Amino acid sequence: MSTHNHTEEHHTGLRVYVAVCLALFVLTVVTVYIAKFDFGDFNIVVAMFIASIKASIVALYFMHLKFEDKLTWIYALYPLFLLFLLIGFTLMETFTRVPVIK
Amino acid sequence: MANGAVTQTQHIPYLAQKGLKSWILTTDHKRIGILYLITISFFFMIAGLTALGMRYELMTPELDFFRTATEYNVAFTIHGSLMVFFFIVPGIAASFGNFLIPLMIGARDVAFPRINLLSFWIYLVGTAILLFALAQPADTGWTFYTPYSIQTGTKVIMITLGVFVLGFSSILTGMNFIVTIHKLRAPGMTWSRLPLFIWASYATAILQLLATPVVGITLLLLIAERAFDIGFFDPAKGGDPILFQNFFWFYSHPAVYIMVIPAFGIISEIIPVFARKPIFGYKAIAYSSFAIAIISFFVWLHHMFVSGISETAAAIFSFLTMLVAIPTAVKVFNWTATLYKGSIDFHSSMLYALSFIVLFTVGGLTGVYLGALAVDVHLHDTYFIVAHMHYVMIGGTVMGFFGALHFWYQKWFGKVFNELVAKAAWFLIFVGFNVTFFPQFFMGYQGMPRRYATYPEEYISYHALSTYGSWILGLGILIMTVNLLIPLWKKGRPESSNPYGSLSLEWQVPSPPPHENFDEIPTVTDWTYAYGKK
Repeated sequence: MSTHNHTEEHHTGLRVYVAVCLALFVLTVVTVYIAKFDFGDFNIVVAMFIASIKASIVALYFMHLKFEDKLTWIYALYPLFLLFLLIGFTLMETFTRVPVIK
Repeated sequence: MANGAVTQTQHIPYLAQKGLKSWILTTDHKRIGILYLITISFFFMIAGLTALGMRYELMTPELDFFRTATEYNVAFTIHGSLMVFFFIVPGIAASFGNFLIPLMIGARDVAFPRINLLSFWIYLVGTAILLFALAQPADTGWTFYTPYSIQTGTKVIMITLGVFVLGFSSILTGMNFIVTIHKLRAPGMTWSRLPLFIWASYATAILQLLATPVVGITLLLLIAERAFDIGFFDPAKGGDPILFQNFFWFYSHPAVYIMVIPAFGIISEIIPVFARKPIFGYKAIAYSSFAIAIISFFVWLHHMFVSGISETAAAIFSFLTMLVAIPTAVKVFNWTATLYKGSIDFHSSMLYALSFIVLFTVGGLTGVYLGALAVDVHLHDTYFIVAHMHYVMIGGTVMGFFGALHFWYQKWFGKVFNELVAKAAWFLIFVGFNVTFFPQFFMGYQGMPRRYATYPEEYISYHALSTYGSWILGLGILIMTVNLLIPLWKKGRPESSNPYGSLSLEWQVPSPPPHENFDEIPTVTDWTYAYGKK
């Protein structure tokens, strides 16, 4: 039946929130700083990597995902799989196109 | 009796409270269901009348009913947008989902009643934006394909903004239903005892929750492209018009299943009751809803076979498209097996259910043709597509919707409609539908393209037949509507709260049900479909 697996007492105190907030600030500074360097095609990859870390810690701590049950994790991760699917298949389609006009 | 533990002492029906405020601020899932039912039915009628206008135009090869071809384009954009985004996507899921889910699982309401009301009001805001947009309508069709949607001088932004807002309603409803089904099931209502409509609603809710954001972002990109000329979809600026189609169909193919999976659930409820047999292959039907929901994310490129995509991708997606036929066929075979040696009662709702099986099978199998690459190249953007789509959407979803209206009418409103008139209306609808859309398979196969206001003489007999059919279909729907509306103004209650002898929980409470459904949360002791067992 409808079990209530949700952890009632989240293991997040004020210290953790402050630490996460500071980490977000630091990573924002890193993002701005790193924009000075040219990584060529990897510019977007580097920027997205840092943004993904920021999004992950927001989800894990501010949104309490770290302390949620398996079902919530499934609902949190499945959209990432769909995103992978959308980007992966779209890129596959684009890269395998044969140019009609040369 | 599956649910003998239901006891009722209070019999004040949920409809007893009067006044506008009691409706616009209600958090009762049944009333919110009615609000959705009224709104979607209104849009169904408007979109249906637009279709009749289009069919009248197509009676002759020349342009005579509409003044210009653009007016015809506007008409099919209104028809498609209203039918898809305002009727059929929210359709069964929001109206019957709201009414039935808490009743069927033994709960007093959905998990978040206020968010439920918020969903409805967001839906209304979306419809208000769209109605405003209709004053300056777009001519892109419901798919808003680039580059035309970027270049056309009509008002694309307003209509896409309306659809964008609607998406939030869909997401909130899906989230609410998922939590409700997980958290509010009555004691004993295990997953293996759940009504199949609940399984279908759960699979639909997953799609609503996870696929809708993609179309929301896509339409925002389109708005940004038109407003700020950014270049997401413009090759001259490094964009790709095909990218729009990828994003759009990544949502819109799963959206086809948002439309039809709830109807699968309805058919699974109606057939065992009127065949007086346990549903055959319960688990297979339940799990196939999830299989469809999952596979539906893997097939979107089949809408784009002739848009210039790579042959490799097209071949892969042609194969993947065939896969979705498997879980769908599992359902059809199991419904048919349930009918076998059943004691069948041809109640009007059962007639709609049986029509569903026949018509949806035609729609589904022609979908397999279209999934085959070589065949699709010939048939793409012809009337074959129009016929296929309508056999799935009307033959499937709308037949399910009408079946549900007749099946749960007494429960929902506490009134009784004229069964003979209902059967006559069904007959007209069934005949009218087939006369309208079956000829379209032939003219599509012979090359008649869709979305044209004029056409060569050789197609006139098919078009004329199709238009006559639309009149029969329209008459049938009119008679059905009047037959269902008249009892609402008459006094009196049904003799029984469970006239069809259903074992499902919603039939164990009075008709119409009381506010909060159950005095005490019932304990479920048996399977919902244990017909014919002692």
